[in-house]
Amino acid sequence: MNSLNLQTDWQYDPAPQSTDHINLKESYDLFINGAFVPAKNNNHRNTINPSNEKIIAKVADAGPDDVNLAVSAARKAYETSWSKISHSERGKYLFRIARIIQERSRELAVIESMDGGKPIRESRDIDVPLAAAHFFYYAGWADKLKYAFPGRETQPLGVAGQIIPWNFPLLMAAWKIAPALATGNTIVLKPAETTPLTAMLLAEIIREADLPDGVVNIITGDGSTGSSLVEHPDVDKIAFTGSTAVGKEIMKKLAGKNKPYTLELGGKAANIIFADAAIDQAIEGIVNSIFFNQGHVCCAGSRLFVEESISDEIIFKLRERMETLIVGDPLDKNTDIGAINSKEQLKRIQEYVKIGQDEGGELYQSKCKLPNTGYWHAPTLFCNVSQSHRIVQEEIFGPVLAIQTFRTVDEVIEKANNTPYGLSGGVWTDKGAKIFKVTQNIRAGVIWANTFNKFDPSAPFGGYKESGMGREGGIQGLLPYLKLNPC
Amino acid sequence: MILSNTKIDAIGIKERVARLQSRSIKATSKQQALNLALSMIDLTTLEGRDSPNKVRQLCYKATHLHENFPDLPNVAAICVYAPLVKTARHALQGSNVKVASVATAFPSGMSDIDSKLDEVKRAAEDGANEIDMVISRGRFLSGDYNYVADEIQKIKEVCGSAHLKVILETGELVTLDNVRIASELAIQSGADFIKTSTGKVQPAATPEVTLVMMQAIRDHYIKSGKLVGLKPAGGISKSKQAIQYLVMLRETLGQSWLNPKLFRFGASSLANDILMQIVKQNTGIYQSTDYFSLD
Amino acid sequence: MNKRLNVRKTHKMFINGKFVRSESERTYNWNSKQIKTSINICQASRKDFRDAIISAKNAFPSWKSKTAYNRAQIIYRCAEIIEGRSPQLIEELALQGISQSKAVTEVKQTIDTLVYFAGWADKYNQIFSTVNPVSSPYFSFSVLEPTGIIVIIPSEKSGLLGILGGIIPTIIGGNTCVTLMPQDYPLCAASLAESLHSSDVPPGVVNIITGFQSELLEHFATHMEVNGLIYFGENIDTITAIEQNASQNLKRVSICHDKDWMYNDSLHPYSILRTQETKTTWHPIGY
Repeated sequence: MNSLNLQTDWQYDPAPQSTDHINLKESYDLFINGAFVPAKNNNHRNTINPSNEKIIAKVADAGPDDVNLAVSAARKAYETSWSKISHSERGKYLFRIARIIQERSRELAVIESMDGGKPIRESRDIDVPLAAAHFFYYAGWADKLKYAFPGRETQPLGVAGQIIPWNFPLLMAAWKIAPALATGNTIVLKPAETTPLTAMLLAEIIREADLPDGVVNIITGDGSTGSSLVEHPDVDKIAFTGSTAVGKEIMKKLAGKNKPYTLELGGKAANIIFADAAIDQAIEGIVNSIFFNQGHVCCAGSRLFVEESISDEIIFKLRERMETLIVGDPLDKNTDIGAINSKEQLKRIQEYVKIGQDEGGELYQSKCKLPNTGYWHAPTLFCNVSQSHRIVQEEIFGPVLAIQTFRTVDEVIEKANNTPYGLSGGVWTDKGAKIFKVTQNIRAGVIWANTFNKFDPSAPFGGYKESGMGREGGIQGLLPYLKLNPC
Repeated sequence: MILSNTKIDAIGIKERVARLQSRSIKATSKQQALNLALSMIDLTTLEGRDSPNKVRQLCYKATHLHENFPDLPNVAAICVYAPLVKTARHALQGSNVKVASVATAFPSGMSDIDSKLDEVKRAAEDGANEIDMVISRGRFLSGDYNYVADEIQKIKEVCGSAHLKVILETGELVTLDNVRIASELAIQSGADFIKTSTGKVQPAATPEVTLVMMQAIRDHYIKSGKLVGLKPAGGISKSKQAIQYLVMLRETLGQSWLNPKLFRFGASSLANDILMQIVKQNTGIYQSTDYFSLD
Repeated sequence: MNKRLNVRKTHKMFINGKFVRSESERTYNWNSKQIKTSINICQASRKDFRDAIISAKNAFPSWKSKTAYNRAQIIYRCAEIIEGRSPQLIEELALQGISQSKAVTEVKQTIDTLVYFAGWADKYNQIFSTVNPVSSPYFSFSVLEPTGIIVIIPSEKSGLLGILGGIIPTIIGGNTCVTLMPQDYPLCAASLAESLHSSDVPPGVVNIITGFQSELLEHFATHMEVNGLIYFGENIDTITAIEQNASQNLKRVSICHDKDWMYNDSLHPYSILRTQETKTTWHPIGY
């Protein structure tokens, strides 16, 4: 096979996103009861830009006292305001929030990319618009709940404690807050330790929308803050997105507490390419499935299965395609792959790559130049691996793809399901009947056929097996925040 | 003729195009792209009312793009109807601008093979460096791929030293799958270039069909090592569009194709828009069409 | 006149479509409050439970792939069979201390519950599935699929309706299950199993074991092959233990109450949702 020369004389100049309009504060307090207040113990931690390791801002670190305050503010708001106002007014607040997100979209996108390292193209075109769309979608549900569940009257649960991850900070906040508010609950939200800034901006937006005090409280902190929230006796519901290990701990902590919970956890999705697929679009799908957001995606297609007869072609084309991926400054509009979110995560990815090599996997990395400062990882493939390899079994949460070949449909379905996870899956074939056969038999909550990593507020998302329980998005996403009573 | 049976997913192509079009080309890279695009233009006039004078004016334009920028490249070629090849050849004497002639009962292709062969022969004898033929779309759509391939092969034989560009007229092929099949047919039948459109049918060149054709060219190269050229034609009138095509070219086919030997734009008004952009880039002042000659 | 000696029933468990004793060969002595007979009931071991799970696991792919219509037919057939066996079930309930009239009612309600849920098999997905109006050129739809292998710990208060009240919504939705009979109400196990068996419920779809909850609970909640667990009851220690252990592989735990199996409150499709997962599928639209 003849290689293309993709190192061209004509190169793209840097195209940095302007940051003129960004006003970052030096320090961010907790958002409790409609006001920004310092943590009781006055503790702070720094949030840094993972692409240059520079400190962006100080962020308050909430302790148990602050969690208490936030929960009682949410409780009071639930009882005095949020459960009293009409459902249509409730919806109008959400519409307002959606609009302000749209109005402040560029600011949100830039700060998201600075704080988390994701390419500005993604925060601008995916994270922020989807966050606004999520509020729009659930805004409309607020006064239509009686049509959602036939034969049932709905009742909010009360105070929802919500804990979100660092891979889609604003979007996950929207996924959590919008349905909880639409269904009449009040909220204490804890953003991730490494990416608190857009959540604090969202707090400003919520204030700008004149939401009654205490309806949404946002408290920054680390795992211990999250833990206090989970264990707080006056919280009526827990919604968590994060690792499977922490999800299990939360479930254990909530045992016997009669407190509903939803968990969106890890994954190790199979992305299956049949020989009769549209090959070039499948290549794009593979790139999107594993390199989107540096591979920090719970539904990433990290296990690639290629039908043996086309595996040489696919791997050849994939390697060629990887050479055109631009790795670098998250704020450059041309960047395809940004910075790894944190030092810890980079270390974890590097360890897995080492494990993969030690296990005898055949490593390939794109020849991109990585910046000197900050946390970076080149797009990486492993060939010659099998289901027994650790890099095939365990979630890496980085731009590392493990490739296996298969021969028959039954074989690949069996292997696709040979994992404790069940969040997502991908199927590529031009044959309609085969699509349905395979999608029906993959035990996972979201299946993309001839596409990958598509999201929409109206489309429910969530896992089978150890990938979690409960759904976010769609009419199904209302259910985790409601009690259904016979009517 | 062995077709690859490669499938195309239209939505996947659209998304890839959108992704490529989101590339932001600034500063030096924009200057380079504008110069490159200019050098790839087949300055075209294909009207029933074309006359030798009109063609002579166009040829003058081709060799004198802008008085204040003597270092600008020439356009690649002048593209005219066959009866005007001689005029163009004569007008372009001493320049490196090529003469391309459309032929084979352009734009419909509705003629018998003998007339088509005669027309091509005459154009080549008159000095055309490049022949832009059209495929028989009716035959193609009715599934008679052999007829289409055979026709291209026969035309190729009479081209002599002239390069053969095969116009697929993608606007009439309707699906991207058809574009892929037609591309392979043309490539395997001896096309030096494949070209999207006559400019007489809407839609003419689109980024989607162009990407599909690029992929066909790339796959042929991967297998055979042979380089086939590409010419999107019709509907590309703005420099921004041209740059987006170059981005697509750069990331799909790479270095070997980033030159006029293997990539052309078939366009009539693109050259002026690029010139306006070049002047704007150099002066920082937004330009008016009144200051750029219409030929 | 010679009094005829009646033929007693051996109370076996039902695993993989077969009537079996415990592999441990243990039984516990069940005493009737009504008559002075004692009956030997199999005391399932963790290995019996393991075998039951293996059979449920093996039965799952084909049971979930059956058409909804087919599952409805089988469950309706089950109602027909139980209707025919009513006297026997009434007698067994009565033997366990239920008044004759209550026993009659419980059997009737059980049959009606079967008929009710048979009718849901090909409908709940029409109520709870969605076509998602996404803002991109894709067809996106979400359907319900069974969670998988389910352990059911029925109410301690009922010998028949409480048990089927757990089983029916579970299997109508394509899951397979292992059910533990209440320790104090074990007598219908065999008759129930015989009814299921002769209604063409495939082997392994429903497995019924008898024994002690205290002995088996930990294994129910920890077994890594189990995807979901339904507990009918109020015991907070039991619930805590179940949920703690279930966290090891994130089993879906449903804590249910009396209203969830009693006839008047249980006739709704929401009990089917306990053991359903939503799967969203996307595909491009275009040419």
